[in-house]
Amino acid sequence: MTNSIAEIGEAATILAVGTNTTQAHPVLALQVKKAARNGARLIVANPKKIDLCRHATLHLQHRPGTDVPLLMGMARVIVDEGLADMAFIQARCEDYEAFVASLADFSPERVAAITGVPAEQIVAAARMYAGYGPASILYCMGITQHSHGTDNVWAVSNLALLTGNLGKFASGVNPLRGQNNVQGSCDMGGLPNVYPGYQQVNDPKVREKFESAWGLSLSPDPGLTLGEVFDRMYDGTIKSLYLVGENPVLTEANANHAIAALKNLDFLVVQDIFLTETALLADVVLPAATFAEKDGTFTNTERRVQRVRQAIAPRGEAKPDWQIVAELAGKMGAKGFDFSGPEEIMVEIASLTPSYGGISYPRLEGAGLQWPCPDKDHPGTPTLHVERFGTASGKAKMIPLAFRDADELPDGEYPLVLTTDRSLFHYHSGSMTRRVAGLEQLNSEELLKINPRDAKALGLADKEMVQVTSRRGTMTVRTSLSQVCPPGLVSMTFHFAESPTNVLTNPARDPVAKIPETKVCAVRVDKIAQP
Amino acid sequence: MKKVTLTIDGLQLRADEGSTVLQAALANGLYIPNLCNHPDLVPAGLCRVCVVKVDDWKISISCKLPVKEGMVISTEDPEVQRIRKSTVELLVANHPMTCLTCSRDANCELQRVASYVGITQESLKRYRRSVRQLPIDSSNPFFDIDHSKCVLCGICVRTCDELQNINAIDYVRRGVHTTVGTLGNKPITQSCCESCGECVARCPVAALAPKESPISMREVKSVCTYCGVGCGILLGVRGEKVVGVRGDRDNPVNRGSLCVKGRYGFKFINHPDRLTTPLVRKDGVLVPASWDEALERVAANFSEHKGEQFAALASARITNEDNYLIQKFTRAVMQTNNIDHCARL
Ligand code: SF4
Ligand code: SF4
Repeated sequence: MTNSIAEIGEAATILAVGTNTTQAHPVLALQVKKAARNGARLIVANPKKIDLCRHATLHLQHRPGTDVPLLMGMARVIVDEGLADMAFIQARCEDYEAFVASLADFSPERVAAITGVPAEQIVAAARMYAGYGPASILYCMGITQHSHGTDNVWAVSNLALLTGNLGKFASGVNPLRGQNNVQGSCDMGGLPNVYPGYQQVNDPKVREKFESAWGLSLSPDPGLTLGEVFDRMYDGTIKSLYLVGENPVLTEANANHAIAALKNLDFLVVQDIFLTETALLADVVLPAATFAEKDGTFTNTERRVQRVRQAIAPRGEAKPDWQIVAELAGKMGAKGFDFSGPEEIMVEIASLTPSYGGISYPRLEGAGLQWPCPDKDHPGTPTLHVERFGTASGKAKMIPLAFRDADELPDGEYPLVLTTDRSLFHYHSGSMTRRVAGLEQLNSEELLKINPRDAKALGLADKEMVQVTSRRGTMTVRTSLSQVCPPGLVSMTFHFAESPTNVLTNPARDPVAKIPETKVCAVRVDKIAQP
Repeated sequence: MKKVTLTIDGLQLRADEGSTVLQAALANGLYIPNLCNHPDLVPAGLCRVCVVKVDDWKISISCKLPVKEGMVISTEDPEVQRIRKSTVELLVANHPMTCLTCSRDANCELQRVASYVGITQESLKRYRRSVRQLPIDSSNPFFDIDHSKCVLCGICVRTCDELQNINAIDYVRRGVHTTVGTLGNKPITQSCCESCGECVARCPVAALAPKESPISMREVKSVCTYCGVGCGILLGVRGEKVVGVRGDRDNPVNRGSLCVKGRYGFKFINHPDRLTTPLVRKDGVLVPASWDEALERVAANFSEHKGEQFAALASARITNEDNYLIQKFTRAVMQTNNIDHCARL
């Protein structure tokens, strides 16, 4: 997020696109609802009629996968009506002309035809977003989990740059990070192309720095992304996998392929707190401590590094993950892993990661610190890009874009679009929340949300068991007739092992971010034949 | 902010212009008995317990009374005492006298105002006691609603409206039959309630009470382990068990608010399914093993597959320090940049 969570409540206009905020980020959603209650304009752009629509001034219900034309259509209106912030663009942006040229294809009429959103609504949304600042954009997996997810993100940033809604209080581009420490694991270099702090592995200067700090030579070649790792496991190139705290058997798009890949390994190590569906396939399972049993830090979606504190001893012989890794490295004869505890690890992190340079445990005692925090006197950074952008020129690029449809569109055989989302009551593969009896009582099984019109055409009743099939797999699930989905669209979460949604999803990946298109795939829903 | 000076019971105080007399008093450490007031909510003036006398002539409720320069307030004027006592007596007269077995005993706002105004067995005799016998709504897995203990302060209704914007509950029925309930007065699980427990956390009595609320032995400040919002929490610990979670009001992210997962989703920690020893596959089955044996086996196999034959998947669920060491291990020991995690999912 370029802003802080508390700033959202102060925005005059909020554009929430591809985020089911009240379900996936409930406490952050309180800020959105507060702003709306105090008179802010809330524009919800979502193919589904999500709960947040109750608070919205305007709901743009676009066809899944058409975010680029929708946002570019708004940009076109802003340019045509002279609502762009030219002073901001001149001072802080590049490539405005090329960007404007690419808007030629996005007249409100054409955009209406592609997205299914009436042209008047696109015009109204554009005027609202450009006209009432500070304006803040929130987005989530509904933007990124597409085969053109990077384009979607560019479209969001174009819109913010065009109206000068970036780098100011309550005005910015705010991707909502899903998991508790997904921000932190990216910050820490849990990515194939960067060291901690997003320092490129193929930059020789960076590599030298880490080589001298760690006292050995390092590979200059970027590694493989998650989906590519599974492909290389499948074809036998990768033989050993060290899998920590993940359950790809349920979470990976096209799960059947992922399972086959895992089974093809010579050696699989799973480190987790429960014997997950994935751990059952392992050669060695290492018991990890939960967050309540260890010290450390998490970094939240507003880049705030906060202290996690040990409350109880690890269960049985379980150990904190850092300690397991350190002991393993020791067994393999490696040096540089004998830390006394997480506080000492943070000292090394701070010494090698410029954006964490000023972070230390004593300084985190109060409210934590928001990175970038480059030195020990720096107060942290609530709002990003206030003066310059993190590019070489300090200016932000505006990106010309063209429309690309989703990788897999509905057809005669698979006539419905499936999109995935989250339940308020469960978390990811459910390994934790499904073991909490009360949460399980509130939501105990997967439900296929389907519009009553589609259900009627297929002769389906509410709560009827049906079979859902895509080109990649098939599963059974109970229906839930609901106006949340427009005709043609069905929706499921993926929290339930009994109804593994991801056997259906499409692994087609975005060429840059390599994120699979779990938000759009073509399926068919069939009645289960009575025996 | 502009300040004004007022006098409460002979004490001169400075207060922010625009605040109420009750807020000014509480901010200065002076207690004026009150029930329906809550710092997070707009004053409602429902319970009438916070009456005071203004400038020696007017009786007013202090939660709705804006401070004014030179204002003189009495909280112990005989007329104030008389009105306040009757108000509280009426509330207590209908209340079940089961304090000793009540989960809010010694931590109850009704007990606090009752003892402050000095309610006695004798004085209650003037009333015909009629404790309401309404069924407890225990449909929610995390909390019960006991209408017989409800004082109709409306804090829950206003929390669900003003803060949560969910509006699952409101007053239902009229007059002496008024209760707090859902649309159509159905069980709470059949409403749009999201089980956030924010109303439960603010109920001044035990009308809304957690099903289980063991008093913790100590509390540990930490961060919620579910979503990326990163709400501040206080983990309640008793013995070797996490027995409860409270929102941390000092945390700038959530200011005490939590969602259903953050507040009630902690039982996985002490769950019997937890992995408690390493497991190693032998003859096709996973069997318990010592750490030494398990790590040797891992070390031996990983040593064979350094470089491009190896990949690690770190986790968005574990700490920064854990992740840092995993990437260091992958890059330094395994000699490859094949490290990723499920950020993309
Ligand atoms: S638990 Fe939350 S949603 Fe349910 S009634 Fe209380 S405040 Fe409203
Ligand atoms: S309490 Fe809810 S909103 Fe807050 S971090 Fe936990 S899961 Fe997220």
